[in-house]
Amino acid sequence: MVEVKNLTKCYGDIKAVDDISFTAQSGEVLGFLGPNGAGKSTTMNIITGYLSSTSGTVSVDGSEILENPKETKSKIGYLPEIPPLYPDMTVKSYLEFMFDIKKVKLPKDEHIKEVMAIVKISDVQDRIIKNLSKGYKQRVGFAQALLGNPPVLILDEPTVGLDPKQIIEIRNLIKGLGKKHTVIFSSHVLSEVSAICDRIVVISNGKIVADAKTNELSTVLSGKGQLLLEVEGTPSSVSNAINEVYGVKKVTQTGTNLYAVDYDNTVDIRKGVFKALANADCAILEMRSGGMTLEESFLQLTSQNQRAKGGNR
Amino acid sequence: MLAILRRELSAYFNSAIGYIVMAVFYFFSGMYFYLYCLYYGSSNLTPVFSNMFMIILFLIPIITMKSFSEEKRQKTDQALLTAPVSLFEVVMGKFLSAFILYACCVAIFIVYAIVISFFTTPQWAVILCTILGMLLLGGSLIAIDIFISALTESQVIAAIISIAAGLFIYMIDSLANITQSTFLTGILSKVSFNNNFMNFTYGILNLSNFVFFVSVIAIFVFLTIRVFEKKRWS
Repeated sequence: MVEVKNLTKCYGDIKAVDDISFTAQSGEVLGFLGPNGAGKSTTMNIITGYLSSTSGTVSVDGSEILENPKETKSKIGYLPEIPPLYPDMTVKSYLEFMFDIKKVKLPKDEHIKEVMAIVKISDVQDRIIKNLSKGYKQRVGFAQALLGNPPVLILDEPTVGLDPKQIIEIRNLIKGLGKKHTVIFSSHVLSEVSAICDRIVVISNGKIVADAKTNELSTVLSGKGQLLLEVEGTPSSVSNAINEVYGVKKVTQTGTNLYAVDYDNTVDIRKGVFKALANADCAILEMRSGGMTLEESFLQLTSQNQRAKGGNR
Repeated sequence: MLAILRRELSAYFNSAIGYIVMAVFYFFSGMYFYLYCLYYGSSNLTPVFSNMFMIILFLIPIITMKSFSEEKRQKTDQALLTAPVSLFEVVMGKFLSAFILYACCVAIFIVYAIVISFFTTPQWAVILCTILGMLLLGGSLIAIDIFISALTESQVIAAIISIAAGLFIYMIDSLANITQSTFLTGILSKVSFNNNFMNFTYGILNLSNFVFFVSVIAIFVFLTIRVFEKKRWS
């Protein structure tokens, strides 16, 4: 479990990370989503102890990185944005080195073999890292993070620069790892995060703008529900009928026979609307959800935040 | 620490760097050995040692220039600093690996002493004392140059500044000679690497010389650790 509390990081006057808090439960894949430069990497560097925070705390399974750096670091496997590989070493000797400096207490040869099998790099184990393709380098970086079976994995944009086939492989890998480890993984690609993660934290300009389960994110992001209707009938009778339904907030006519209904997103009003309109003898020609897609709400959310920040200056 | 030491040593010896540094060192020391000892039929190795000071001023920056700058450029420092090892272990691993390579270079003087022993009895005490001085002198330069390497991402900058620092250290003696104030002269001649080293070449094992070099090493290892601490906190 990773607990981040009120984390702030300033570079001079610039607040790269501004008072963020979130928790990643054990066995959960947490997606860390945000546009470029939102503070994702900074946050991850602080969690792993590469950078220090200006204020706020990070605890991993109960131990804090500042109070107990060695113990905390040994619980984390970290794959930075650029995998930390020594280009002149062979894959195997590199993993042996990482095994040693991570002070892993498992049978060395067996464990390295196991990890190489998980990320499928056994066939390149004797090759020199600088000669490997980008995808293989990424996987060696992955292997390095997995050494010692750390309970927490922090992956910073692990799929950037890979080809589609490799992206799918890495995604499946992360999904599989999520069963045993707590995984925090960052990306600026929404579809990717929503495909893999149980929970998504959206960060923009150093602030958390949403933190929700993947399937609830859309409603959380937009904050309200909207139903678009095409109904035959006089406008007054239609809006009267709809207004009587429990949960409806506002009905607006958007065109001939077209209505937009805002409603409280905690209830499902569709059945009620159907019955009310049937009783009023108005035929529903079309009914669809007018809520924004995940993509739209994400864009709106992050751009709103950007505008707000611009306004402050 | 051992893991880092082992990796650094294999980086030196799996590439050409380690062998080239040793070859250059052996070449020049061999030249001086021939010029000052074999040619004149002298068993006194002291001039050979004192001339090698100049050579290591250039060689040691080559050994150390990539120790941290390359880690920073390749972002591998992220692996080191997020692993459960202390900064002291990281810096000492780097320092000791460079020091061992340098010690392999200096070890050639034992061979020269053995060569001398074919003609006459070498002054073993003086030679061993000088080798110790040579190791301490080189160790101090390694500590200083590793500190410089930690300051930059560029190997070239690290090498140039290290060489400049080395030459300045070499010139402290001359500065001490031309300074008018006796106070400054006193200080400069005390911190002169050359003065502190020369006693060893005469076979004098003076505690203050020994402490001088060891404290230079300790100070710069400490400063290197601070560089990384500062980077984390800024």
